[in-house]
Amino acid sequence: MVELTLPKNSQVTTGKTWPKPAGAKKLTEFRIYRWNPDDGKNPRIDTYYVDREDCGPMVLDGLIYIKNKIDPTLTFRRSCREGVCGSCAMNIGGTNTLACTKGMDEVLVKGVVNIYPLPHMPVVKDLVPDLTNFYAQHASIEPWLQTDTAAPEKEWRQSKDDREKLDGLYECILCACCSTSCPSYWWNGDRYLGPAALLQATRWLKDSRDERTGERLDYLEDPFRLYRCHTIMNCAQACPKSLNPAKAIAEIKKMMVERQI
Amino acid sequence: MSTPHSGPAPARTTMRTPLGRVRGLGAAKSGTEHFFTQRLTGAANLLLSIAFIIIVISVAGQSYAAARATLGHPLVAVIILLTLLSVTTHMRIGMQVVIEDYVHTEGLKVLLIVANTFFSIAVALAGAFAVLKISLGG
Repeated sequence: MVELTLPKNSQVTTGKTWPKPAGAKKLTEFRIYRWNPDDGKNPRIDTYYVDREDCGPMVLDGLIYIKNKIDPTLTFRRSCREGVCGSCAMNIGGTNTLACTKGMDEVLVKGVVNIYPLPHMPVVKDLVPDLTNFYAQHASIEPWLQTDTAAPEKEWRQSKDDREKLDGLYECILCACCSTSCPSYWWNGDRYLGPAALLQATRWLKDSRDERTGERLDYLEDPFRLYRCHTIMNCAQACPKSLNPAKAIAEIKKMMVERQI
Repeated sequence: MSTPHSGPAPARTTMRTPLGRVRGLGAAKSGTEHFFTQRLTGAANLLLSIAFIIIVISVAGQSYAAARATLGHPLVAVIILLTLLSVTTHMRIGMQVVIEDYVHTEGLKVLLIVANTFFSIAVALAGAFAVLKISLGG
């Protein structure tokens, strides 16, 4: 059945409150989910204070400040620090988003920045979720151009209008904010492909150069893979790139009906 | 957006590859018919329920004989039969979606889907029988 409570070993306890940086005038409080697979303890919430005059404005700046100056054991993924790589996706202030493009002051809840890993994913350590299944789902929709016609000498041609149909789809950075915000994905993530993989499926279904549209639809025609989407729209709300996976999924459903009637 | 917190990773219980797990038993090649029927009956329900509410209001306060006569009118009977068909079809699919969403024990899920189907058909036929009995006499 649906999990409404956390299993015993996942129940979050109060952790350590780390000392405030000496001499800091402007502080922002961070409460961060910590879990270490090696110590056998339950997850805990640690409290840190970030010196805002010694730190950039973004949540990721705060995390890097903590890791560099307070607690080097704090574990999180980050790379590009400008919303392109999708590594620093986490649950900040109750919403899945990228730590690098979210300002600390935008996410304060009673003056505190609350940070958890992406919801309902297995945790590797601290803020690092295991996205193996998520990536496998993306691979399963075969996100590359597929043709049977012999490859042209120069390139597969596409009109400007057809190219524009891919706008709002190709920009996805696979950060997993959408899929892990989706209740349907929480409850049926093993069989439902989730908004991110389905947005990419739409991207290839809509590509005028692709010759496997029918096979792609066949792969998705399933009560779980596609039809677990109930248009809850958390995906569109969470997407840090302002894409709309719910709309993309609706487009797939439309194509499914279109080829039947 | 309220979210449950993540838990520590469970120990890997399978040696199957992630892609193998995702592909699983393959696509069921169904779901579109349910999706379409749910929208079709949804639209039908909107129109039929309005007609049904008008019928209910019109028989409210009528004598037994007059109510029977109204419900026995062919047009009224057909509207009620259509309402029963559309509503129970919609109800069955809707409930099945809820079961598939929330019940993850395979045996229990199959049992509930069967029970849901039986219940919907029983409701539809009991209702239809009552309408026909009034309409055709007996």
